[in-house]
Amino acid sequence: MSQSYNRGLIEDFGRWKEFSAGMWAWIFHKFTGWMLIGYLFTHIAVLSTAIAGEQAYTNTLQGLEALFVVRLLEVGLLAVAVFHILNGIRLLMVDLGIGLEAQDKTFYASLIITGAITVASVPTFMTEVGF
Amino acid sequence: MSTQQQQPEEPETQESPVEGEPETESAPEPQQRRLERKRLGQAQREQAEAETEPEETKIHLKVFRYDPEVEAKQEPRFDDYYVPYERGMTVLDALIYARDEFDSSLTFRHSCRQAICGSDAFFVNGSQHLGCKTQLSELEQPVRIEPLPHQEVIKDLVVDMEHFYDQMHSVEPYMKQEDLPDGDLEEFRQSRENREKIKMSTRCIWCGACMSSCNIAAGDNQYLGPAAINKAYRFAMDEREDEEIKEHRLRIIEQEHGVWRCQTQFSCTEVCPKDIPLTEHIQELKREAVKKNLKFW
Repeated sequence: MSQSYNRGLIEDFGRWKEFSAGMWAWIFHKFTGWMLIGYLFTHIAVLSTAIAGEQAYTNTLQGLEALFVVRLLEVGLLAVAVFHILNGIRLLMVDLGIGLEAQDKTFYASLIITGAITVASVPTFMTEVGF
Repeated sequence: MSTQQQQPEEPETQESPVEGEPETESAPEPQQRRLERKRLGQAQREQAEAETEPEETKIHLKVFRYDPEVEAKQEPRFDDYYVPYERGMTVLDALIYARDEFDSSLTFRHSCRQAICGSDAFFVNGSQHLGCKTQLSELEQPVRIEPLPHQEVIKDLVVDMEHFYDQMHSVEPYMKQEDLPDGDLEEFRQSRENREKIKMSTRCIWCGACMSSCNIAAGDNQYLGPAAINKAYRFAMDEREDEEIKEHRLRIIEQEHGVWRCQTQFSCTEVCPKDIPLTEHIQELKREAVKKNLKFW
């Protein structure tokens, strides 16, 4: 909307402390969605450099998996994907008109479940690099 | 405020002769008892009040000020007011006090003061509230009062509602049914179930709080907004209108900037002072629009 003067961040993200559950769910859903798209393209780009043969593929993957950062990013990717899936189910329910009164609780639930799954996955992802 | 609390005694004396009429003999006794109870209650109330409240509490208001017509006031600023608190005081009461006692140039819209006219939606402590319906006792101090976000400020707390009204009118918010029941005095009846279905959506007071809270409406000027879609819901779901009219209404709301812009943030539902389940209504219209367009035969 046109403004006669700039109220600055007052109107948008400057108020992040006052955002409600539904707003946070929306922001996280957008964010995780873009992250997954970013990952998809990186995934294709990286693996397409390793299609010269079996040996090249194995070398590339072993080289990547040996890096601590890559392991860390994998945990992050899992967290992002799990949240996006759970919140996606929540949004599906909202679209079907089920449990609209509990929309904030389902958001908190998907956050907690995401956290739990991420923590539980750490030992699996971090074997041989610190664990 | 203090005058209001003394009022109960006055109507009592006026009522007594009328109430006593049917049974003149036994009348004094129940009336005496009632008066006695009333006096006791009054005394208790006053005592409770004295205990819970310190004599002179002041509410700290921070009010947004801006006036494009006065050169020195073109830069937006916040003014502080310290308003003496009284039990039951609302945000609007405090603003009226500040205007009457401190600064008569403080400008804001208000009319009925009972959450019906929808003039006094403000941005209070970071979310949209109806000034006359928001108790100061429920707010943290200092109470920060700003005009509604995402609308052009005309002066102080007054925002330009023109765009909001345009969106409201664009969904044709009136009964379009032309085939009325025969007979001059015939009622146009609606089933109880149907009335229940649209009940909440009829409560809209056009205050604009939902539109102001909506992140999508802020970025997309053509988006109808929660209030207008709710208005469309109110008529589209009304069974008294013919099927063709309903289809016409669905055509309006299923356009690119209609219901599909809603991304279910629930901001509007959260701020609506009339507790209208706006998101639910928008979602239901989305389903109706899909149903209308899906044909498997």
